[in-house]
Amino acid sequence: MHPAFSVIFLTTLIGVGQGLFLALFTGQSYAAVELVPSQDSATFYGLGGIIAFVFLVGGLIASVFHLGRPERAWRSATQWRTSWLSREVIALPIVMGLIFVYSIMHYFGLDTVLYTSKAGTTLQLSLIVGALGMLFTFVLFICTGMIYAAIKFLQEWACALTPINYILLGTASGFTLAAAFASSNAPDLLGLYGNWAIIITAFAFITRGGSLIRNSRIKAKSTIQSAIGIRHPQIQQKAMGMQGGSVNTRDFFHHKTATFFKIIKWSFMILVFPVPIILLWSGMESGSTSTLLGAFIIQYVGLIAERWFFFAQANHPQNLYYQTT
Amino acid sequence: MTVLHDPIQPPEGRIEVKNTTCYMCACRCGIRVTLRDNEVRYIQGNPEHPLNKGVICAKGASGIMKQYSPARLTKPLKRKEGAERGAAEFEEISWDEAFQIMEDRLRHLRETDPKKFAMFTGRDQMQALTGMFAKQYGTPNYAAHGGFCSVNLAAGMIYTIGGSFWEFGGPDLERSKLFVMIGTAEDHHSNPMKIELSKFKRNGGRFISINPVRTGYSAIADEWIAIKPGTDGALILALIHELIKTGLYDRDFLVQYSNSAELVSTDEASDDAGLFVRTDIPQDTECFEAQDKVWWDRTSDKPMHAREESVDPYLLGEFTMPDGRQVKPAFQLLKERVEEYTPEWAAEVTGIPADRIKTLAHEMGITARDEQIELPIAWTDAWGKDHDTVTGNPVSFHAMRGLAAHSNGFQSIRALSILMSLLGTIDRPGGFRHKAPFPRPIPPCAKTPKGPEGVKPNTPLDGMPLGWPAEPDDLFVDDKGEPVRIDKAFSWEFPLSAHGMMQNAITNAVNKDPYDIDTLLIFMANMAWNSTMNTSEVRKMLNDKNEDGTFKIPFLIVCDAFQSEMSAYADLLLPDTTYLERHDVISILDRPISEFEGPVDSVRIPVVPPKGECKPFQEVLIELGSRLKLPAFTKEDGTRKYRDYPDFIVNYETAPGSGIGFLSGWRGKGGEKFMKGEPNPNQWEMYEKNNCVFHHHLPKSYQYMRNWNRGYLKWSQEHSLQRYAEPINIHIYSEVLMKFRRAAQGKSDGKQPPEHLRGRVETHFDPLPFYAEPLEVQLTDKQKYPLAALTQRPMAMYHSWDSQNAWLRQIHAHNYMHIHPATAKAQGIEDGGWMWAESMHGKVRCLARYSEAVEPGTVWTWNAMGKAKGAWNLDGDANESQKGFLLNHLISEELPKNECGEHISNSDPVTGQAGWFDVRVRVYKAEDDEPKESYPQFDEMPQLPGTDERRKKQGFFAGMFTKGSK
Amino acid sequence: MTQLALVIDLNVCVGCHACVTSCKEWNTSGPAGFMTDENPYGKDPTGTFFNRVQTYEVGEFPKTETVHFPKSCLHCEDAPCVPVCPTGASYKREKDGIVLVDYDKCIGCRYCSWACPYGAREIDEEQKVMKKCTLCVDRIYDESLPEAERKPACVLACPTSARLFGDVHDADSDVSVAIREEGGYQLMPEWGTNPSNHYLPRRKTHMHIHEDELQRADNPLNKEQRGPSGPVEGTTLDDSTSW
Repeated sequence: MHPAFSVIFLTTLIGVGQGLFLALFTGQSYAAVELVPSQDSATFYGLGGIIAFVFLVGGLIASVFHLGRPERAWRSATQWRTSWLSREVIALPIVMGLIFVYSIMHYFGLDTVLYTSKAGTTLQLSLIVGALGMLFTFVLFICTGMIYAAIKFLQEWACALTPINYILLGTASGFTLAAAFASSNAPDLLGLYGNWAIIITAFAFITRGGSLIRNSRIKAKSTIQSAIGIRHPQIQQKAMGMQGGSVNTRDFFHHKTATFFKIIKWSFMILVFPVPIILLWSGMESGSTSTLLGAFIIQYVGLIAERWFFFAQANHPQNLYYQTT
Repeated sequence: MTVLHDPIQPPEGRIEVKNTTCYMCACRCGIRVTLRDNEVRYIQGNPEHPLNKGVICAKGASGIMKQYSPARLTKPLKRKEGAERGAAEFEEISWDEAFQIMEDRLRHLRETDPKKFAMFTGRDQMQALTGMFAKQYGTPNYAAHGGFCSVNLAAGMIYTIGGSFWEFGGPDLERSKLFVMIGTAEDHHSNPMKIELSKFKRNGGRFISINPVRTGYSAIADEWIAIKPGTDGALILALIHELIKTGLYDRDFLVQYSNSAELVSTDEASDDAGLFVRTDIPQDTECFEAQDKVWWDRTSDKPMHAREESVDPYLLGEFTMPDGRQVKPAFQLLKERVEEYTPEWAAEVTGIPADRIKTLAHEMGITARDEQIELPIAWTDAWGKDHDTVTGNPVSFHAMRGLAAHSNGFQSIRALSILMSLLGTIDRPGGFRHKAPFPRPIPPCAKTPKGPEGVKPNTPLDGMPLGWPAEPDDLFVDDKGEPVRIDKAFSWEFPLSAHGMMQNAITNAVNKDPYDIDTLLIFMANMAWNSTMNTSEVRKMLNDKNEDGTFKIPFLIVCDAFQSEMSAYADLLLPDTTYLERHDVISILDRPISEFEGPVDSVRIPVVPPKGECKPFQEVLIELGSRLKLPAFTKEDGTRKYRDYPDFIVNYETAPGSGIGFLSGWRGKGGEKFMKGEPNPNQWEMYEKNNCVFHHHLPKSYQYMRNWNRGYLKWSQEHSLQRYAEPINIHIYSEVLMKFRRAAQGKSDGKQPPEHLRGRVETHFDPLPFYAEPLEVQLTDKQKYPLAALTQRPMAMYHSWDSQNAWLRQIHAHNYMHIHPATAKAQGIEDGGWMWAESMHGKVRCLARYSEAVEPGTVWTWNAMGKAKGAWNLDGDANESQKGFLLNHLISEELPKNECGEHISNSDPVTGQAGWFDVRVRVYKAEDDEPKESYPQFDEMPQLPGTDERRKKQGFFAGMFTKGSK
Repeated sequence: MTQLALVIDLNVCVGCHACVTSCKEWNTSGPAGFMTDENPYGKDPTGTFFNRVQTYEVGEFPKTETVHFPKSCLHCEDAPCVPVCPTGASYKREKDGIVLVDYDKCIGCRYCSWACPYGAREIDEEQKVMKKCTLCVDRIYDESLPEAERKPACVLACPTSARLFGDVHDADSDVSVAIREEGGYQLMPEWGTNPSNHYLPRRKTHMHIHEDELQRADNPLNKEQRGPSGPVEGTTLDDSTSW
């Protein structure tokens, strides 16, 4: 497929936002059961939530560039029964709304205690909102992943690893950002986020690596023989029916060299996984916000490459009909 | 589900539907044009039209983009003072001024030396008018595109069977069982061929294609037989060899309907050596063949008058006439001729295995013999014998330029015609069938003047500008045997050049060989690009100057609808209309669209007004003819005879009161007559009401065996289709050719070839077909240039016409050199990579495309897709000029110097057919550091005044387009 | 239930592109129009077309087949492009099974084109909506047209009548008969899209020649024997005995 930058930014930015929110909510939940110290509502959960929200807004803006007719985007919420894209379109504002509410509650101190246990632990309204947010964040991750995984003939995508990778890569980048954020605004939580970021990044390495291995072994179900219905081992396309190109030659192929393609693969395998892990570890040791921010930025850049590769690697069967590109 | 956008509701607008005739190629299908608010909304095939029966092709369906093309010329233009030709620097002038310039110049030439005016036209469809204009003007220097197209096909067949393929006849696929297509470009006889091929295949017919390349029609053949270019004659002669050897020929047909059994004097000592033995002193029959030949009767073992009811002749054998002359039946001579052409020999030449050649012959012979068709149609032959049935042998053929465009093509096509005759398939069901006005006598009656005395100031030409020589005395040469025409047609160099030799007009004029001319008018022919050989040099020639700074061709008038490469060279450039904007006739006097069942002609009627100041070329001719007071355009009192072209078409008669005009339908005062009848003032309206077409269905008994069908021959005579109602026997042995050979041998009185051409004429005017390599190939170092290079015509483009068409150029934006992978890899040429192709005349850099569908000794490309930068109003970086290329740069219009002299056209020595496909090339990889663009490149042609701006983006929506929406 | 479709006969398709441009000319000025062309007179001209004809070479010289292959929307029975559409712009008509795009609903997200394994959809780069073959739905029900012309423009145009049009659910329709009797097949059956359009394969006519067909009693060469046969050379029994 042709990697469209709008979609690359959409998926990576909302991934960060979703992951950061999950990290915040994890922190607050841990604090609620007193596994970690509580943090300042406004400067950490509130501000953090707003940062997550901003990433989601960024993703939303990127998505607009993907649409031909964005003014009609509201229509895209109508087909949730059948379309994962429609479901994403519904889930995304819900997630954004919940994160926004969550952030506002924290930022402006609008949280209230709903219930206090005999032991003194409290159930705050923000936790309920956060839990809903978490639920929908996962729903959103799944929707995003399933948009790709649901196209069965895009064999590189049609696999459980696709949504899993979306969840893990988004969460990893969010936790890495959370670690950097915590190092300045909530140093108590640096260990929690840093460790989880390393763990999730490591898991993501396994699942993303797994999908690379899987994809390298895919035997394409469609062949030129099945595409045109002629049984012969040697079939060569000589003319595509147009010489100046068409949507078919532009939208479904990356038009880059095999070397470039490989460079991107190795770049993201390095930038998304080992480098951030090392920087996270080092940042946790030193408590350096800039190191941790560096970890996030490098990981995010790596994710852009990863997402480019994700699209570029998917070999659309329609390309069988457009081989003289 | 609610639907917002109603997919069925038609857009608003005023809809009109008009009928006319297509002209996106030369096929001439009937079209129905739907207009919305006066813009062309839809062009479809007219379902009521006999030619295309409702279908249309890619080109026809893209006519809209021709109409609204920014390459359209809209104003008369004059070359700026001092500007070079080719620089395309023009100023706008008025039509009045343009006419005045032409009138002054042409009047002067007509008064002094009319042959100084030369007029050559391209793939136009008004040769009857342009030819008549030339004749009236008095210049011999007129021809249309036939000489560089397929004159070999026309001449080879017409000189053998009295008819030819495409307009004048074709395969009866309705009833055929085996169809063999040889060397056919896929645009020739386009839609009808496609319609028939499909039906033929669905009826279970067997389709074999013989071609170096498998594209288009060949793609759906049951079998593709790859052949080396230029060797078709060898294959056909070997097929004839095998058919005779196995006795798989239609003996009865040959005896009665050909000259096979007629005795030829073989006595070298006798005066009539090589001529037919005749019963009486030969009579002067003008242009039909006297029935005065002799057969050797099997029963009495004596020579007898041919075709007497009781005579049963031998086809083979050697006999001695009572007077001692040695004689042989023509068929015996044919048998002896093909003796050496064994399948094994042909296998070496053609690349087709000998066994395949044999089985091919057997397939033809057995199908012809065992699948014979008998139709319950009674008819009477020319000798008065009644037949209860029409029989046919269902083997049919079609051939086009692949066979024709070689300098050995005439004899190859003679061989094909003989093969078709051997199988007994001429004008019979399932075989070849004629279309009116053919068959015609062999050769047809029209003749050119016989010498320079036929060209006189202020006088129409004494004869036709083009004709069909029957003997050396018919040649258009002076006392020394030198040509009278600028293109040397009908001279000893190319005696039977029935379509003229446009391909040499410019070169000859610049070389002043045989003389210089003053004004050259080119209509619709891209002589500065794909319509000429040796393109780069010819472009220079068009701009060549004498020592005094004047142009070697002093004045150049170009009429074209588009900003073609040629338009840049004009001194005066006239904007023609498109086919949707003008009246036109597809006349029986020209190349009509007749069907097997009877004559058909048709018209174009404008469906939209002309753009800008565009004027149909016909109107230009009528206007010029009137201003110059040419007799046919002037009343006795000296005033103008015809208001305009439509008026001319209705009222013109070939001779006063002849009743014959350009249109054959709805003649007579009330439109009650056809073929012949007084002018009908409402003729156009009647055509318009009848789908723009007139179709006369002959009675069934007149539809077959027309060479010998008394009913038909009389009918065609009564309707003035021809002068005589005499049988037209097939020339297995061509006495016509023999007469030229005898002249070359010094055995006849009358005109004699110049010494240096005697050998050439003697060799090539062989009364029986023979195989020799094409002339250019004979003169090429084949070690150095081992590959043949060809063009094919894609179905979605016609010649160079369609690169300005926004839709068609998306299908074909540039061309590749198609090459077999093994041939390419041997030179390190990559698929899709840049390569060179080089002949002994020039070289081109182009893109390679591997193909398994080409004979490995051949490379080929789509014709005329490459364009000069900026031409056809395309951007300078358009694919056509940057990636596309023109093969013509490799092909020379003249042969290398040889024993016949210098400046001999690269053409068939019999007919002057341009040898497009004779070039030999070598190929090699282009270096990596070379520019990634085709070679040669030319300076960018500027956009001409009056053309529209090139749109960067367009959304065509009829009814809104020119109003500036998109 | 009706399912309209095209059946494309590769046995007679000569690759002339008539279907390509007749489709364009009809649809660019119809409810589906306009159909944008970019760089129509410049480098790499490109535009919206609903139908293309491609060329393939099968096998090696000299046993090469050149196959011309027209391709447009296959109007799948289980069209994967329809359920993925987030707006419902992409829909399959219940009445006749035609898959259409509602241009007023389409947001131009291209997801349906990803979900089509055949590459049959084309975004209009100017109007920014997805377009595709409509089977000329604006022709086939138009009662102002003569009945014989209520067919897709490509079908009317096709010079070899390689394009058959009809209801593939009606067992007696021309298209169903052709599919059944001429070996009609679907493209990429592996994805279960169940395309309504079918293709008919190449069918070859061969000729088999029997030995005896070359040796017939009526061989015309027999007629060329001149006079009675002469004596054989050398001695015969007549020279040695009188019985």
